[in-house]
Amino acid sequence: MKRLKSPVELERLRSRLARKRDRHRTTVVTSVGTCGLARGAGEVARAIQAELVRQNLGESVDFRATGCHGFCEIEPVVVIYPERIVYQHVTPADVPEIISESVGERRVVQRLLYRDPSTGDEVVHEEDIPFYSKQYRLLTDDIRLIDPHQIDDYIAIGGYSALVKVLFEMQPEEVLEEIRQAGLRGRGGAGFATVRKWEACRRAPSHNSMKYIICNADEGDPGAYMDRSLLEGNPHSVIEGMVIGAHTMDAHEGYVYVRNEYPLAVTNLGIALEQAREYGLLGQNILGSGFDFDVKISRGGGAFICGESTALMASLEGRIGEPRPKHIHTALKGLYGRPTNLNNVETWANVPVIINRGAKWYSKIGTKGSKGTKIFSLVGKIKNTGLVEVPMGITLKEMVYEIGGGLVDGKPLKAIQTGGPSGGCIPASLVDLPVDFDKLAEVGSMMGSGGMIVMDESTCSVDLARYFTKFLTEESCGKCVPCREGLDRMLDILTDISEGRGTEEDIDLLEELGGVIKDAALCGLGGTAPNPVLSTIRHFRDEYLAHVVDKRCPAGVCKELITFTIDERKCTGCLICARECPQNAITGQKKKVHVIDQEKCIKCRLCYDLCQFDAVVIS
Amino acid sequence: MVELTIDGVKVRAHKGTSVLEAAREMGIVIPTLCYYPGLSSFGECRVCLVEVVNGKRSTLEASCTLPVEEGQVILTNSPKAKKARKVVVELLLASCPTSKTLQCMASNMGINKIRFKIKDRGCILCGRCVRYCKEQMQSGGIGFVGRGTSRRVSTAFGVTPEECRNCGGCQWICPVCERACTADSLVNGLCGACQNLAPVETCQICVGCSESVGPGGHTVY
Repeated sequence: MKRLKSPVELERLRSRLARKRDRHRTTVVTSVGTCGLARGAGEVARAIQAELVRQNLGESVDFRATGCHGFCEIEPVVVIYPERIVYQHVTPADVPEIISESVGERRVVQRLLYRDPSTGDEVVHEEDIPFYSKQYRLLTDDIRLIDPHQIDDYIAIGGYSALVKVLFEMQPEEVLEEIRQAGLRGRGGAGFATVRKWEACRRAPSHNSMKYIICNADEGDPGAYMDRSLLEGNPHSVIEGMVIGAHTMDAHEGYVYVRNEYPLAVTNLGIALEQAREYGLLGQNILGSGFDFDVKISRGGGAFICGESTALMASLEGRIGEPRPKHIHTALKGLYGRPTNLNNVETWANVPVIINRGAKWYSKIGTKGSKGTKIFSLVGKIKNTGLVEVPMGITLKEMVYEIGGGLVDGKPLKAIQTGGPSGGCIPASLVDLPVDFDKLAEVGSMMGSGGMIVMDESTCSVDLARYFTKFLTEESCGKCVPCREGLDRMLDILTDISEGRGTEEDIDLLEELGGVIKDAALCGLGGTAPNPVLSTIRHFRDEYLAHVVDKRCPAGVCKELITFTIDERKCTGCLICARECPQNAITGQKKKVHVIDQEKCIKCRLCYDLCQFDAVVIS
Repeated sequence: MVELTIDGVKVRAHKGTSVLEAAREMGIVIPTLCYYPGLSSFGECRVCLVEVVNGKRSTLEASCTLPVEEGQVILTNSPKAKKARKVVVELLLASCPTSKTLQCMASNMGINKIRFKIKDRGCILCGRCVRYCKEQMQSGGIGFVGRGTSRRVSTAFGVTPEECRNCGGCQWICPVCERACTADSLVNGLCGACQNLAPVETCQICVGCSESVGPGGHTVY
């Protein structure tokens, strides 16, 4: 790779690369993000490469291994360009057929096509899949066009052009104005106006003009993986955003603080940084502009609290990852006591888009207070799980029923948990709520980093609140009392309620304690930690009352409050449950009604799940 | 110098001082635990919470770490602050019922019942000892180990380090082990040796503080 010394050289390289990328050329694409790899996409990718060579197609057909396309449900996925034919659940055994039929003969392999679960129709083209067609893939669409190990792919589709604009055509104030006009708000959770952080950091006086830029990739919400996917699939968009930010704030050193549990993201980011350095897009004198900036990777040990800005900086410095009071903002005194700007992965990835397309265009997407798109990880009891990118202001209903395809087995929706463990539970009655920073906060939840867990009637609110409180109790750093002791006691009370020892006063106590933890905790983790409990009490108080007054779990989840029995009329005496019961608690003979011994039953639910005749009843 | 309003009174304070220091200068009582003059402020115990009014909104902040600012409006004894303090002290007592300092504080605040499960950890993790060791003795022999509820004060790997000069400073400054409550039995997590279980009355000593106290009156910290 030759170092690029001017924007002209970059443009020359870009047009050379773009010429090579014929849009009509046949390309086999497979997504090898972490989710794909877990389902065997690595073997599929190797099989495709071998098969292309075997069928002598190596010269005429391109192969590209990209990051996750978003639809994790149908991984491993193979897409044939230029038609964008999608094959789902591909195994290495299917590869020869795909290559000979689809690539060689240009015929569609029917049996591997995606079927719309609501209509049962086969869908041939990627853009026709309802999961994709309802999205607005501003940041994630490029992932399918890029091999993250090839900087050339990113440059060919227009990468680093925003950087050129910022370095050579715009003044830092103009960049700030653009970000302000765009109305970009931090995607890490709190939704703080990005421009205010940038301005404060730019204005901050600094000894030796040392300032730092940090990318927060310490994503730790259970069930959320937007940042991982962006870093794995399109690391250069994040790097480009960081360089633009650094130039605007006049910083020369940057860090990406990324979880060590994201090995693929760390690898892909490392390769991307190395390649950007070789091209002179990072390091000394970027593109001959005289501006120096470099980025280092810092791997986090996996503590949830290290996603909090001050704890993250403490951890980066090698100290214990604990937050400090933020009366002096990190924009003035952050990492090593110097002015520091910290933004989330997704926020950084938005920056080049805003610069390229302009604030005017960008601010048309979204609602009054929340602009642009947001990536959510849509998980839970839903048909289409995966990463979805939607414009702000889309309703929960559209997300669940149109993109998510509705609930599994057509069950009714009960609630949606947004914002991960710090977010809240939104009941089905509010399903028409538009998703943006302010609307979610109004109903006691939050945007968070973008986890969205869909629940049906078989989820118990108390159990849900207990799960998240347990997670947060374990992840609390333990520095301040309300969070350390308060969450622990909250968990005790919730455990009591779920085990039938709760009283009505306990619910009031939970509310009082939750309110105090929210107000009194030192950092954002404690300040939002009671949200799952408070929001479930607010919206599902009946369910809490059923637990404490009637000692009953309506969802049939809390083990101490339920019993498993066999319905005599429905049991066919098939012996399946009796054979599989780990406790040998079920007795019965062939074609005779079985009985569960309540003494031995550990309520593992196995019989309930196994019975094909719905004869096992939870009461 | 900056001018701020504490409990309706306009005061001037040096830039860099904390709200706690400015309030104490005025004679206002704000209870503290992890704060200790001469040590850096840590903001751990949250006993010194005060209400910061910002237009229609208000937040609770630990006054020991809150620097004074021009135009700040502070309420040190608002119902919101007092309620939060009470719950915090209740939580502290539930995790360390043998501390006399805490028992006294509870009685001053009119706490006569602990509603939480008692889990005696014997330490409130205020970090006074850790900061004293590092900042005053220049040693750094002890520090925090573990996370969340398993957090504790310890030496590295549980071995007495060379840095430790056996000065005893950590023990001396501890608000818990230095003044352990000697009562034999605790009722509802409260020692009952003093006025805890007596009916709650309003303090007659400090005019205007309306702090709920037992018949013994108000302890000024």
